[in-house]
Amino acid sequence: MDKIPILRFGHFLLVTIQVDLYDRLALNLESDLIQMVSKTQARGVLIDISALSIVDSFMGRIIGNIAGMSKIMDAQTVVVGMQPAVAITLIELGLELKGVYTALNVEKGMSLLQSKISLPDEDLDNIE
Amino acid sequence: MIVVLNKESIPIDKEQDVVLFRNRVKEYTIKIGMGVVNQTKLITAASELVRNILKYAGKGTVLIEIISSGRQNGIRLVFSDKGPGISDVPLAMKDGFSTGKSLGLGLPGARRLVNEFDIKSTVGKGTTVTILKWKNG
Repeated sequence: MDKIPILRFGHFLLVTIQVDLYDRLALNLESDLIQMVSKTQARGVLIDISALSIVDSFMGRIIGNIAGMSKIMDAQTVVVGMQPAVAITLIELGLELKGVYTALNVEKGMSLLQSKISLPDEDLDNIE
Repeated sequence: MIVVLNKESIPIDKEQDVVLFRNRVKEYTIKIGMGVVNQTKLITAASELVRNILKYAGKGTVLIEIISSGRQNGIRLVFSDKGPGISDVPLAMKDGFSTGKSLGLGLPGARRLVNEFDIKSTVGKGTTVTILKWKNG
């Protein structure tokens, strides 16, 4: 059975989707990721979809689910590397990926995640 | 007048067929030189419709055709199944409506992504959806 590898990187989990996912694989990724967030107490999830040429409503829903589930597990999700044609198609399809953070590449995604999880600390400092 | 230059019928009966079928459609779009944005739109629409076949009818077939009209080339896909059919087609074409557990974007979204869209459905007999995307459409 195929599996999408999930890499741990400090406080974050990294997923690079290299193949077009069929439904079972996508659903497995969703549950594996949430298990990993719980097990590793990760604060952020970074999903690289630069190799995906198609994101249909099913895949979009999986991405939204992962972001939503991570959020209630106290982790932020950033989707990086979306191809321009995929972005155009998603909006016409009617899928806006609300509530999902996006960044152009892995590097920018990482700094976005870092800013997301360090923000509360800074707030506390300001209050004090 | 529309002339059919090439046709191929692909059976759909399991999840993995979705990826294979999408790749096949992609090969055809490349063959006629369709740009990457239109390719992505057509394949995404096709993906939504083939998913509907699996979800509601279990199995079906898709006919892929390269068509030509005047100087325009395009791809026409015909999705047919012998599933339960759709009792209220206009309602099914509305954004956000779904009898399954999904977002309800499949049919209306697919229609927005292609140049021509036609749906015929008879309850108890099945559903046929035809979509057409011109190379430069």
